[in-house]
Amino acid sequence: MANNLGLAVKPVTETPEEEINRVAEWINTEDYKEKNFARTSLVINPAHACQPLGAELAAHGFEGTLPFVHGSQGCTSYFRSTYNRHFREPAPAASSSMTEDGAVFGGQNNLHEGLENAYTLYKPKMIAVFTSCMPEIIGDDLTAYLKNAKQKGCVPADFPTPYANTPSFNGCHVHGYDAMLLSILQTLTSGKQVEGRCTGKLNLIAGFDANTGNYREYKRMLEAFGIPYTFLADISETFDSPLDGHYKIYPGGTKLDDAADSINGKATVALGSYSTAKTFTWLKDNYSGKHVSMPMPFGIAKTDAFLMKLSELFGKPVPESLKAERGRAVDLLTDAHQYIHGKKFAVYGDPDYLLGYVSFLLEMGAKPVHILCSKGTKKLEKELQALLDASPYGKDGKIYINKDLWHMRSLLMTEPVDAMIGDTHGKFAARDAKIPLFRFGFPIFDRVNLHRVPLIGYQGVMNMVATICNKFIEITDETCDDQHFEMMR
Amino acid sequence: MSNAIKKIEGITKESTQEMIDKALEAYPEKGKKKRAPHLAPNDQASGSACVKSNRKTVPGVMSARGCAYAGAKGVVWGPIRDMVHVSHGPVGCGWYSWGTRRNLMSGITGVTNFAMQFTSDFQEKDIVYGGDKKLKTLLQEAKDLFPLAKGISVLSECPVGLIGDDINAVAKQSSTELDIPIIPCNCEGFRGVSQSLGHHISNDTIRDYIIETREFAEPIGPYDIALIGEYNIGGDAWSTKPLLEECGFNVKAVWTGDGEMEKIAATHQVKLNVIHCYRSMNYMCKVMEEKYGIPWIELNFFGPTKIRESLRKLAELFDDSIKEKVEAVIAKYDPIMQSVIEEYKPRLDGKKVMLYVGGLRPRHTINAYEDLGMSCVGSGYEFAHGDDYDRTSVEMPDATVVYDDVSELEFEQFADALKPDLIGSGIKEKYLFQKMGIPFRQMHSWDYSGPYHGYKGFPIFARDVDMAVNSPTWDLVKSPF
Repeated sequence: MANNLGLAVKPVTETPEEEINRVAEWINTEDYKEKNFARTSLVINPAHACQPLGAELAAHGFEGTLPFVHGSQGCTSYFRSTYNRHFREPAPAASSSMTEDGAVFGGQNNLHEGLENAYTLYKPKMIAVFTSCMPEIIGDDLTAYLKNAKQKGCVPADFPTPYANTPSFNGCHVHGYDAMLLSILQTLTSGKQVEGRCTGKLNLIAGFDANTGNYREYKRMLEAFGIPYTFLADISETFDSPLDGHYKIYPGGTKLDDAADSINGKATVALGSYSTAKTFTWLKDNYSGKHVSMPMPFGIAKTDAFLMKLSELFGKPVPESLKAERGRAVDLLTDAHQYIHGKKFAVYGDPDYLLGYVSFLLEMGAKPVHILCSKGTKKLEKELQALLDASPYGKDGKIYINKDLWHMRSLLMTEPVDAMIGDTHGKFAARDAKIPLFRFGFPIFDRVNLHRVPLIGYQGVMNMVATICNKFIEITDETCDDQHFEMMR
Repeated sequence: MSNAIKKIEGITKESTQEMIDKALEAYPEKGKKKRAPHLAPNDQASGSACVKSNRKTVPGVMSARGCAYAGAKGVVWGPIRDMVHVSHGPVGCGWYSWGTRRNLMSGITGVTNFAMQFTSDFQEKDIVYGGDKKLKTLLQEAKDLFPLAKGISVLSECPVGLIGDDINAVAKQSSTELDIPIIPCNCEGFRGVSQSLGHHISNDTIRDYIIETREFAEPIGPYDIALIGEYNIGGDAWSTKPLLEECGFNVKAVWTGDGEMEKIAATHQVKLNVIHCYRSMNYMCKVMEEKYGIPWIELNFFGPTKIRESLRKLAELFDDSIKEKVEAVIAKYDPIMQSVIEEYKPRLDGKKVMLYVGGLRPRHTINAYEDLGMSCVGSGYEFAHGDDYDRTSVEMPDATVVYDDVSELEFEQFADALKPDLIGSGIKEKYLFQKMGIPFRQMHSWDYSGPYHGYKGFPIFARDVDMAVNSPTWDLVKSPF
């Protein structure tokens, strides 16, 4: 008897049409929503990934750096594919390829052999090591393993091998980014602090941000100010390298010397307090100069705050070109407000992005109604609530922490909204709800070039407003009857 | 082994070996020793594997391989449309494998199909105290929220096996309590050397938990067959299943593309298993042969030459009525395929392609390129075994390079030396080669196109290959200044 479950052998059945129809309607109801929200254990369509994915992004942000996953090789393939699909760019990373024997004997041999091969083959200037589940569970001691690796000569003794413990059963990708960035900075700056030295530069940390357009936008703003800077974890060239017939394994990233000297900076600004929390806590106590943690500059007010902070830190006025840009952005906002005012939105994503979306929507007179974070905290909830409370457009907003996109589907079906902001994974819920999805989050697997379109700063505001308003206008054009199909909109 | 020996101008066993030796120079001694047996010139006449395979990946070499979980969730289980597939463990594995294989499904999502991401989202406390209790609860929740699901699979991620959870006991108990098949699959990512073991484990799980638990309501006829190892990538099964039906067969079940659990469970009743992806599903074909006396046959649905050969091979096992129908089908489609060839061959004739895919396509697609006048100058697999390489040797031109679990650096160097006009491989390779200015098509996902199988697929395949190779965008790579 093949049937190990002890179930009776039954005929192949077809589900009756009316039963299918009944359930198809039921999943859109208030009754279903209640059941759906009563879930305690099953997570369906989460809007977050695991820590090592984020760690890899931070590693890619440094010159000549090879991300190296200590754990099962399948993890590495998953992370790389995710970045390949989002950026449509190469994402080189190596793995220690641990298997069953690693589970028994520990992963040291795999790590050592892997480091030696990766170092020899891919000639990196730094190997950033981070873990997936397996070594975390069996308790691999990376400190000792890496020390031994250098003693054995798998890599030279002075070769930088920062490492981060990034178990997937804790936190999510933004925490992995933070952990890896922290370790890289600790490693590179170790012993580099010079009493009385000041680079005169700003150290800028973008937070977990997979939009290369945003990085270029930050640089443009800083250059307009004339503020010298070191961008820490700069992925803009890594994931946006020119196609010229030659493959370069390490096309970009923050120069390691600059990163090392960043400890002697004039000021350090860490954007995205949720994805840079640990890094900021550490650098506050260790970096020279001033330290500021602030939100990503989504929308006018947060961009204003960012620029004023730069002005204050460097004693320079906000440059005329950025003032003019602000004026142009506000010009667009007023021109376009009628297409977005009062529209209801569902938003989901990483904490730092969510704060940005909500703040931006409120500025436009739009209503963020369903605000969902599938990996959030009470602190985030409070911060979001404060944003809502401060605006008359925020009174319909409800915050859902640690809920997923299947919860979001129930919300969309029972309390409809006009549009959703998030990443590609929301497209199924958006389709069921027959609303547009604006892909401002990460990852974007189903559109081209969006990772190059900046969303931060005044330029970012303009891009978001244009994208949203033109889509609403397009919907009017596509759905109106002939009598109302007009020349002007 | 009737294939004529195919030669490529300028490629000899010596030249290929020289290229391999050069690529190996980059390795440290130990790495070189491990990698060398996985790279070799093809010996077409031998009909047997020229490389070692299914060995552990050399750590640190940047392999494209995935894990056993990927083979179980992504390949075998995921495509079964009417089951809830729970990625049991932390959140990542399920998230990465959510919607990233293109195994298309019919039905209504969340009602009759479950192309979603279900996970137990393990936290630290689940690692410390075990996840069995959580699993039991979530199975109940899945049953309550998705009443039309025909079954639930529980696919273990790495931590589950390491902390000693007993998902089999939970599945058994919950199965009885909820009156729904719950299939535990111990496919932790650290098991084995690649996705391949995940396929094997999943096949064994189907053997142990699913097959023979259902019976078709209607009596079995002489032309009742199952289509095995067809995953409906980009709608492939929606090309191959109707094709087989046009030839007079009743396709009672598809494993597992757009698959239905109960039909898979009743497959022990069919008269013949037709297998496409041998690597991932040969195990169950052999089980069904031994246990139920069902013969099986390997077919190739890529390109008109192989489709024609395959259909005739299949017809040989049946009576004249099938043979007539098959000839009629071939006569109907051959002229259409010929017109496709006439359109594209002039632009593709003499072009060279290199392949590196999973466990089937590195050999199965070679002839489809040849139908378009192209030649394969290198091929290899992520997770094939010796029997796959045996089957490959006759398809590949003599002396061309065969690479098993190729590392990124080896692949780059081979491409640099061979200067192919097209590379067909995966997403991790795509942008590397495009940066080099080499046209590329993803051959796991059909690069968001497809189907590529059957007569419906070949015109699309031909169009895509032409589009990649001859896109005017490649002429712009070299800047005039």
